[in-house]
Order: sequence, then C-alpha cells, then structure tokens
Amino acid sequence: MLYREAGQFKTTYDADQAIFPIAQDRWAVIAFAAIAFLVVPFFVNDYWTNAVLLPLLIYGLAALGLNILVGYCGQISLGTGGFMAVGAFASYKLMTSFPELNIAIVVLLSGGATALVGVMFGLPSLRIKGFYLAVATLAAQFFLVWLFNKFGWFYNYSATGQISVPERTIFGLVVTGPTAAPWVKYLFCLSFLALFGLIAKNVVRGRIGRNWMAIRDMDIAAELIGVRPLQTKLSAFAFSSFYVGMAGSLLFTVYLGAVEVTEVFGINVSFLVLFMVIIGGLGSILGSFLGATFLVLMPIFLKNFMVDGLGLLPVLAKHVEILLMGLLIMGFLIVEPHGLARMWQILKEKFRLWPFPY
Amino acid sequence: MRLKDLAIGIAALAIAAPIAATAASAYELTIPSLVYRTGPYAPSGIPFANGYADYFTLLNERDGGINGAKINVVECETAYNTQQGVECYENTKNQGESGALVYQPLSTGISYQLIPKAEVDQIPIFTMGYGRTSAADGTTFPWIFNPPGTYWDLASGMVNYAAAVEGGLENLSGKTLALVYHNSAYGKEPIRTLESLAEKHGFKLELLPVDHPGQEQKATWLQIRRLRPDWVFMWGWGVMNQVAVKEAASIRFPMDRFIGNWWSGSEQDVLPAGGDANGYLSATFHAPGPDFPLHQEILEKVYGAGKGAGEKERVGEVLYNRGLIAAVWTVEAIRKAMEIKGSNEIKASDVRDGFDALKVDEARLAELGLPNFTYPVELSCAVHSNPGTILIQQWDAGAKKWTVIASGIQPDREVIDPLIAEDAAAYAKEANITPRECNN
Repeated sequence: MLYREAGQFKTTYDADQAIFPIAQDRWAVIAFAAIAFLVVPFFVNDYWTNAVLLPLLIYGLAALGLNILVGYCGQISLGTGGFMAVGAFASYKLMTSFPELNIAIVVLLSGGATALVGVMFGLPSLRIKGFYLAVATLAAQFFLVWLFNKFGWFYNYSATGQISVPERTIFGLVVTGPTAAPWVKYLFCLSFLALFGLIAKNVVRGRIGRNWMAIRDMDIAAELIGVRPLQTKLSAFAFSSFYVGMAGSLLFTVYLGAVEVTEVFGINVSFLVLFMVIIGGLGSILGSFLGATFLVLMPIFLKNFMVDGLGLLPVLAKHVEILLMGLLIMGFLIVEPHGLARMWQILKEKFRLWPFPY
Repeated sequence: MRLKDLAIGIAALAIAAPIAATAASAYELTIPSLVYRTGPYAPSGIPFANGYADYFTLLNERDGGINGAKINVVECETAYNTQQGVECYENTKNQGESGALVYQPLSTGISYQLIPKAEVDQIPIFTMGYGRTSAADGTTFPWIFNPPGTYWDLASGMVNYAAAVEGGLENLSGKTLALVYHNSAYGKEPIRTLESLAEKHGFKLELLPVDHPGQEQKATWLQIRRLRPDWVFMWGWGVMNQVAVKEAASIRFPMDRFIGNWWSGSEQDVLPAGGDANGYLSATFHAPGPDFPLHQEILEKVYGAGKGAGEKERVGEVLYNRGLIAAVWTVEAIRKAMEIKGSNEIKASDVRDGFDALKVDEARLAELGLPNFTYPVELSCAVHSNPGTILIQQWDAGAKKWTVIASGIQPDREVIDPLIAEDAAAYAKEANITPRECNN
C-alpha cells in the first residue's frame, strides 16, 4: 500500500536511469540523509560520536571499499588492515611534513597513496585466483604492518612507534585532536561517506562497474567479449584501496588520534571488514553499510544491554557477547546466505504486496 | 511472522542507548576500572583487576567508603583493545554524581589514547609504572601520573642490578645484553634508555622483538642461543611471558641471567614452565606474598563475606598485590583531595590536586597494613613519578613463591632525566602546549 510504484511513469531517459527509480525509495534516502546531516549533529555527545557513530561511519567506508573489490570484482582480499595502515601512515607523514595542508586534502591524498599500494599488491591477481589470491593479499597485510613497525621514518623516529595526530581545522573548526567537537568530527566523516557512497553507487552502475561484474561472474567469458582483465582488475584494486585508505586515514586522524600499527591495523581488522561485507551482502552498496552497522553496533548494544540493563558482570557479558555474536552471524547466514541486503530486498518485496499478499 | 520478528529486532537495535546508572542519595565516588579478563592478556589482567577491586570493596565494607563517601567501582572490559578502551572511557567518564575520578587503563596503548583526551576532559590518569615515560614531567603532563617509577627507571635499575652481579659497572663493558620485547609501544619504551646506557658502559645491546600476542617465540630464542648474550631482559605481558620462560628453559638459558621487567614476573608467567623456571628473576616495586595485615583483613572482611573479586587462594599473587597498591595510592590521592577541598564531594580535578600532593611514607604504609611493602612515594606539581627504586625477586619453583633477593636498586638519574626532559619537550612542541609553572 505504502510501498507501491504503480502509477509512477518514466517519461525521460534520465528518470529511467535514476539511482532510485521508485519515488518512495528516493524520498526515504533523502529523508535519511537529511536527518543524518541536519538533525543528528544537534544531538550527538562524546559517547555517541567516539564510541558509536565514528567507528560506524569509518568502517562503513572501509566495507564499501572492500565490497567493490570482493563483491563487485570477485577478488578476495585479506589485506584491508594493511591498506588502512597505509592510509593512516600516509596521513601522518603528510600532516607532519606539510602542516598547512587542509585535512580534507590529506584524507584524499592518503586514499590516493593507498590506491597506488593497492594496485601494486593487486598485480598478482592477474595470475592467481580465489584462495590463492587471498593468501597473496594476506602477505600484503603482514608485510605492510611489519614495514610501518620496523622503519622509523614512517613514525618520525618516535621512541615508541606510536603516531599521534596534530590538531587540524577546517573552516576554522577543529577536526582532529582531543579538542575537536563531537558534531564536527561526525559531520566530517559523514560527508566523506555520503559523497563517496554516491560516487561508488554511480561507478558500479556504469561501464567500469559492469566490467568488474563481468570479470567476477566469469573472467574468460568477459575477456572474450572484450573486457580487459588487466585494467579491470587493477582499477578494482585501486578504487577499493582508495576507499579503504581513506577509512584508515579517518580512523587515525579523526577517530583514534593515536595509533599503534600492530594493534589497530592487525589481521583481525581485515577479517572484521571482510565479515561486514559478507554479512551485509556481497555486491551491494547498502549491504556494506548494513554489515558495518551490524558488526559495529551489535557488540556495543549487547554490552550495554547486558551490563547496564541486566546487571551482568562485565567479564561474563563479554563472554556471552562473543558467543552471541557468533550465533547471530551463523543464524543470519543460514536464514539468508546473501546477507542483510538481500533480506532488506525480500522485505521490500513483501511490503509491495502488503496488506494483500497472495 | 518472520517479518514482524525482524522489525522488532531492528527496533531493538535502534534504541541501543547506554542506560545511565541511578544516582544514590549520599555522595558516591565513581572509579572506573578498565579491565581485561578476556583475550591473550587476561592472565596478567585478571589478578590486577581483582586486587584493584578488592581494596575498594574492603573500604566500602569496613569504613563505608572514603571519609563516608561510598566508592562505586565501574568495571568495563577492554580486552586490551584500544577501540574498546575508548568506548569504555567515553561510557564511564560522566557516570555517577562525581563523574569518573581517575583512570587506571593498565595498557600502554590505551594510555597513549587517553593522554590527550584526559587533558581536555580534566580527568587524571594514573599509569602506575607504565604508559608514557615522559609523563613523569608534571609540567608538561599535568593530568598524567606514573609513580612509583617509569620504564626508563626500570631499565636502568635492571642494568644496575646486572652490573652489581658482574662486580661493578665497569665490568659490563664488552658484555652482551639482549632485550626480548613485545613489539609495541610498550615494549619499545626501554630501548632509548638501554641504548644510552650501552653507550655509556660499553655493553652491546641486541634487540629481539616478539609480535603480538607472543605465542610464537621459537625463532627469537634460537637467535638467543646463537648470540649467547650474558643477560636477557624481557619486556613482556600476558601470554608472552609464560612462553618466553618456557622457551628459555628449553634452550637451557641460565635463569639467573634472565630478568623480566615488573610486568613479566608473576606466578602465571612461571608456573607453566614448572621446575625449569626455577631461578628466574624479575624486577618489581613491591613485596610479593599475602603476609601483610592488609591481606589478612581482605581475606577476612571481603572474602569472608563472599564479596571477593577472585579466588581466595590467589590473594597475594604479584599482580594482585600490584592492583592492591594501585588502589591504595589512588585512595590516598583521593583522601588528599578531600583534605585540600575540605569536603568529600570531590570531582576529577580535585583528585588531580590530590595526586599532585600525594605522599605515602613508610609510617602511612604501616598504618594501612602494608609495612615494608613498597618504597615511599612523594609527588609534586612538577614531579609525577617517584622514587624509581626497584627490587629484584627470584622464583623458587620448589616452594612456588617469589623471594626478594635484592632491594633498593636506584636508577641512573644522570642518563634518564635528560631523556625525559627531551621527550617531554618534543611532546609539548608536537601537541602545542606550554608547560605549566610549578612553585616547588
């Protein structure tokens, strides 16, 4: 009843090619964005920003990047943590070497640097596929973390190998460092996510995205119809690493402020982001966000619910949380192997028929 | 039906809000305790957390809190993970009437994370014998306290002990010292000092990093077998310690030449190696064992009432005692804060003033039931770490207990003080802060 496109006629090619061809979808997305940009900033405090929203936005961006590679181009990567580290250390070096550089440009340049590294580690994908490629990217993960821990140049020879962010402003508002207001940090990350979410949505609908999908579905067939594997696979690695690098840069500059490479960008981060993509839905932009939401918010929700709500001991709550997260992931994947995005799609189909299903 | 369940699930997710604790009628002191009872560092985290919690429970049970104000210890599990540590910090910092009074993160990574935040939120951080060494400079780090010693004091003290065994500092020349360290900010802390000392005394320093979490050390110890160092120092934590002790035993490295730092010398670290760990040395800044009046009181009034945080048998373990003395110093700082303010309704900034004026001498320790337990601590506005004196304890595998074999070992201030000044100045420049003026 509410969600039915009957009567919406498309009279132009533009209308037919719109990102959200159904009016209800379009309005829902616009309303969601309006709330996120115009309402939420007035209500956020330190806790909501630093513990909930920032990790959500940043991991959303990382999951989006990985989904381009894994979900759209079919190249498995276990190097996400390492690529995020590239983004973080690129930001650190840029910020300390060029103090007058705007922070937004720093984030973009860090993404660019990561894209280059990503292409380099993407080269083996032309020869090896599937699990073997996963192992090659795993090597990238360990190599990059080792590199940033080993050579003092990357952390400006600080005694401990920690990097910490200097204070930077944008439009006179402090974005990085401890004095930054929560709403500024939130809006900064949200702007990046919204802008690059939109770009990703358009890229995957266009020629480049269709090439990726052709390679994913069957690379030999794709080659026969004229898709060049070299350019296609490497562009997927570049795009994906660009997003992941920006996420790493934001994680370091805006969210954490001080980073120790072995701890923050370890192998567990690579798996976490990969799980976000798998649980959210491979080959779906919305799925990346849903996956990130699920894996970032669920542990915090479970913890707060069990410790503050039920009054369990924190350690017991932690064990139960680990257990429940595992069960939930298994449950979700058994109910819907194609992830949360597919579930959302089924839900929409049901809404179309509601309240008179046949 | 399934659709409805899903909708309920999503709705439940949407209201994931931290539920505020209900306010008590009398003034309550909130002390968050960032613990890790899970993960690879749990063997070290659990006894410390228990000692920390038990002392506050004892005060609540015996005296009704501190000067009549009840203590509310809010435990939050971090799993030694920085991001979860940030979540815990943000979640607890405004809790209760008093707000969080002081943090004890027990993790170098989380400490580094909180150092700039604490300055803005005006909450003192008590990084007892860990964290950023240069925080000992109270003019640059007004909110951070790291008594009773820094990693640089510790490293220098350990070198001085080795020199004493060799028969004097001049005998160190030409010797080889290997540092087995956790490849992280924590493990890298002593390197700068050891390098300076190596230069000064002419010994050779070999650096052997062990990656997180430290379960795999075969290669490291093979290298030690090849290098044949005269001394091995270890900067380990959690599961890394027990693995190292076992590996050292398997290459038959002499245990009385293997010194762990003060975070690498608890019962959990040596028990898994069994009889082979006999003679292993570790630095410490307090006495081991449960033979103090305070322990007896805790056993009687806390464990007797069934309110103990851990197991009765583990009261008095090295890391339990460490948690205990952390709580004792914290409470003394809070008492001092109440004394300065003249009321027990204190806030975090008052506790900072309390730490600035913290003075726990031997007489006070005896009063608290810990005679000859540790060295006197006296802080001031400028000095945030003191005295830096260490003890060396040795493991007796037969009796399954630690015995102190050397005490009163002083660090080499001549080397450390300029390093601290240099690092603090670098931080001040990097973070753009002007060191505050101190009158004393």
